[in-house]
Amino acid sequence: MSALVAVLVAPLIGALSAVALPGRSGRIAAWVAIVTTLAAAVALAASVISQGMPRLAVGSWEPPVGIVLEADGLSIAMIVMTALVMTAAALTARHMLAGDTKGPRIAFGFWPLMLLLWAALNAVFLSRDLFNLYVGIELLSLAAIGLVAIEGKPEALAAAIRYMIFALAGSLLYLAGVVLVYGAHGALDIGVLVGREPAETDGLALALMTVGLMSKTALFPFHVWLPPAHGGAPAPASAMLSALVPKASYVILLRLWFDVMPDQATDAALTLVATFGAAAVLWGSLAALVQSRVKLIVAYSTVAQIGYLFLVFPLAGGGSEDQPWAAGAWNGAVFLALSHGLAKAAMFLAVGQWMKVRGSDCLDEMEGLATAMPMTAFAFALSSITIVGLPPSGGFTAKYLVMTSAFAAGQWVWALVMACGGLLAAAYLYRPMAMVFRRADLSAFRLPSRAQQAVPLALAGAAIILGIASSGPFETLAIGRPQTAEAGL
Amino acid sequence: MTGLLPILILLTSLVPAAITFFLAQESYRLRNALNLGGALMKVGLIVVMLFAVAGGASYETDIALAPGLVLLLRIDALALLFVSLSASLWLLTTIYAIAYFGKKAEQSRFFGFFSLCVFATTGIALSGSLISFFMFFELLTLSTWPLVAHKQNAASLKAARSYLSYALPCSTVLLVAIVWLESSTGPILFTDPPDLSGVDPVSLRVIFALFIIGVGMKAAIVPLHGWLPAAMVAPAPVSALLHAVAVVKAGAFGVIRVVYDVFGVDRVEELGVGVPLAALASVTIIWGSLRALQQTEIKKRLAYSTISQVSYILLGAALASPFAVVGGLAHLVHQGLMKITLFFCAGIYDERAGVRSIEGLNGLGWRMPWTSTCFSLGALGMIGLPPIAGFVSKIYLGIGGLQADAAWVLWVLGASTLLNAAYFLPLLYRLWYCEAAPDVEADETAPALVAPTVAAALAALLAGLLAASEISPLGWATLIAERDYLQ
Repeated sequence: MSALVAVLVAPLIGALSAVALPGRSGRIAAWVAIVTTLAAAVALAASVISQGMPRLAVGSWEPPVGIVLEADGLSIAMIVMTALVMTAAALTARHMLAGDTKGPRIAFGFWPLMLLLWAALNAVFLSRDLFNLYVGIELLSLAAIGLVAIEGKPEALAAAIRYMIFALAGSLLYLAGVVLVYGAHGALDIGVLVGREPAETDGLALALMTVGLMSKTALFPFHVWLPPAHGGAPAPASAMLSALVPKASYVILLRLWFDVMPDQATDAALTLVATFGAAAVLWGSLAALVQSRVKLIVAYSTVAQIGYLFLVFPLAGGGSEDQPWAAGAWNGAVFLALSHGLAKAAMFLAVGQWMKVRGSDCLDEMEGLATAMPMTAFAFALSSITIVGLPPSGGFTAKYLVMTSAFAAGQWVWALVMACGGLLAAAYLYRPMAMVFRRADLSAFRLPSRAQQAVPLALAGAAIILGIASSGPFETLAIGRPQTAEAGL
Repeated sequence: MTGLLPILILLTSLVPAAITFFLAQESYRLRNALNLGGALMKVGLIVVMLFAVAGGASYETDIALAPGLVLLLRIDALALLFVSLSASLWLLTTIYAIAYFGKKAEQSRFFGFFSLCVFATTGIALSGSLISFFMFFELLTLSTWPLVAHKQNAASLKAARSYLSYALPCSTVLLVAIVWLESSTGPILFTDPPDLSGVDPVSLRVIFALFIIGVGMKAAIVPLHGWLPAAMVAPAPVSALLHAVAVVKAGAFGVIRVVYDVFGVDRVEELGVGVPLAALASVTIIWGSLRALQQTEIKKRLAYSTISQVSYILLGAALASPFAVVGGLAHLVHQGLMKITLFFCAGIYDERAGVRSIEGLNGLGWRMPWTSTCFSLGALGMIGLPPIAGFVSKIYLGIGGLQADAAWVLWVLGASTLLNAAYFLPLLYRLWYCEAAPDVEADETAPALVAPTVAAALAALLAGLLAASEISPLGWATLIAERDYLQ
């Protein structure tokens, strides 16, 4: 129970202290918060696995009056992944942020914003109240927009404003849906809403909330804000934004469709959502193929990877007695979200170090980096394996689970979309990979320390391990998994 | 303990790989010790197991990926055939490679990926489930890329790119085949033949074709063979072990697994897909030989010869009559021994005499007698001259063709033998009967390069001479066929 509170409170206190305390002591406070939150996340996961789901009614007010926080398998998987990515980003942040002309301002703003972002993410993963979730993603968006604009460059500011427009529109739509739900049922607690009588307005409410959250998740065609925002932010911020922020709104979508309103899912709606997903896969990948900046390639890759996540909606429940595991598609989607988070953060951190060395992320400037910084090149290669979905990696396990569900459900079109997406990913990731492998003399450049280079490698390694030791996470995800994940929508 | 053996065998390559990556270029001794030590340990472990498996034992261990989805590692007779081939040739190639690279740059990366490739090959051999087979198969694809691109110049990057542009689409096809089949049968274990009766025959035929495309690309079947000659820009040890043995054999081994352990001989016959596969293999045999004739570079000629010879294995697997099965399995080893000899020699000619094209071979026979004798042995074996190993394979395949009522196989084998002679004999003529250009500097005072070559050539000779004994590749192939496939 204390771990449940600590993952929310520790980063918040850290954010406040980092603002309030001057210079060095602010940074120390931030680090104390980071370590505490990481430890709390691990402790929370351990307690959920060993003792079941902790539940906290805030202020002892039970729903429908009060709000509830609860940790299930999905929450802790996301919280632990978040903690790993955040810690890695923080470890490399100092190197990548320092030395800039606007250094002090960045360093000052970065720590509070990242801790705020972390608190908001954990709040979204733990909340069981639709309005509380709204507060969580609002906080999340604001912190994320701040991180995009942190360097104060004109193009980053423009990207941040575009991001803000999409995020606010998304919030409004989501809030309108929440209002409809409250009007019809007089409750916003997910536990209470599960047993509700379906009302006429439920369909509209679900549609509004879904579109709003799609916009925040940057699903095609609402993705236009993502590449400039993630491509323009400083690398450690991009790592957090790309790896974590879209996952928060996606988790809310999973909870809405699978827990709250599975009865509202019509075949047409499910197909429509997955069609957007498929379009995102193809469009994002093709766009990544023609970019000439590495960070933009990686950012467009996020657009494509988000698309995969939406194939779960029609595929959940696909399967037969022949599959010895349950809820293949649902688990596959969550695995994809987790492994993408780890791998994408590793990629951005590796690219960030290359940028720091070469002063640019243009594809042509990347020659010789594999020889000069082998660990980062290896990290990029390992993350590419996960993103493409090649074995052994979390991405492969995910793909295998989703694709078997698709074939078993007779909806093999979605499986073919995944197969094409993998090939396209290989094509767009090959370009930077081949470029860093070219021979060039970089001995005149100052390289980051080996410890710095090892950070993205560790994250990429975690994504690979997720594929090899996948049975543990698989069983963890079964804790509190909705029945509909198995039976389908 | 017995469950740990497969893991130990894998670790003998994985541990050196993992440590080697982090070694500085200057740590020659430690790196060589690690790689040689790993290779020796692996050979030792395999000798122990050869005796045990011959006595009927099998070893098994599994790692769960998801409930019911296991990474199964097991050692049966077929696995051991492939593992012992790759392990003993790994040892020879490691000795050769250490001498070949001398003080050249980027050795930690090279040996790291090299060991990783051997790890993947071993994994392919030991895989007991389709999913583990796929995982190691793809690991092999990826870990070969840095080796092909090793020289980091435009030509090698181009070849590496061509390799991936064949490999990744084919692996996607393979994944679709696996997923399609397993979505209706559940995870497939090689120990436990899947029940395919729930899938309609048309789908099964399509799935079979997808499987053959997916694994056949590595076996360089026509028209998926273009990457192999291109990959010859890689350093000689890579061409020798990986492109003559590990990668193409992984493909051939995959075809054997698909035909015998996924579909089963009876089902393949019932679906009528065996004959098309045999025909495809025959086309590859002839086409590879024809193209070999046109090459003027030694390594390219050998590469096309590999394309042709590897399809002998596929032909044996597809015909599925007792002699054909044995011939195909034995050829898996025979071709490996002969071809690695030839590639070792090609590497020595390049390094010690600067000769890459066939014109340069003129008169080298008397100046480099050890190398040239080995080369001649390998070449004659490929043609099928008794008593060298290649002869045995061809005889068995021919009889197998007759057993399977496919007399046309004799024509294919005959034509192939003539073509083999047509592209190898001119080389031998040049080596021994032509006058050398007066300014050629050639010497073979490099024992670490020559000794592994001689060992491989001797092995090829002995495999043919002692074919009748139980410990020969042919004897072992007979044991596999009797035990697992021809009840």
